[in-house]
Amino acid sequence: MHPSHFTAVLLFALFASTVFGITQRETPQKMLRYGIFCFVAFTGSAIVLSWLMYLIAR
Amino acid sequence: MATEPNKNVPAGKGAPQIDFVPFIAGWLVPGAGHFLLRKWGRGALIAASIVGMFGCGLAMQGKVYTGVQDVLDILNMAGDMGNGILYLAARLFGWGGDQVQVTIADYGTRFIGVAGLLNIIAAVDAHRLRNGRKPL
Repeated sequence: MHPSHFTAVLLFALFASTVFGITQRETPQKMLRYGIFCFVAFTGSAIVLSWLMYLIAR
Repeated sequence: MATEPNKNVPAGKGAPQIDFVPFIAGWLVPGAGHFLLRKWGRGALIAASIVGMFGCGLAMQGKVYTGVQDVLDILNMAGDMGNGILYLAARLFGWGGDQVQVTIADYGTRFIGVAGLLNIIAAVDAHRLRNGRKPL
């Protein structure tokens, strides 16, 4: 299995945010919202940091 | 004003009984702690996430730590051991890469370690549910 780096980020964010959502909130609705928030935060921070590193390296 | 002397309470009596079965079951088998508490949906999602993450890590040729060479390896080893029976199976059947030679294998190694840490979080959640610290 040789996923691209971004696919690896998406897989990591999916698995981690699922567990975070279930364990850190109490009701199913809050779990879903927190899981989506974690997924967006994981993926978004990876994209932002990647662009920052790209701009610094230039 | 007189105060009443403290009553001697025998050790072990009156102390709340803490049930560690869901925690240990959840650590050994991902999702089992929630299954024991009849939280079927949550248990299935946790099991799918942790087994999926561990499987992706193995498929990326991630390294399963079998020993400790330096201080940082202790953290990796602790993360790997959080996978419970998955870690034992990996050790038994020799799953995972021996040497990390490509970038994606390094990602795989992290996937395996983080799966173990997530499994510990899930086991602690099952323990909190069992002891009433989190509403069922």
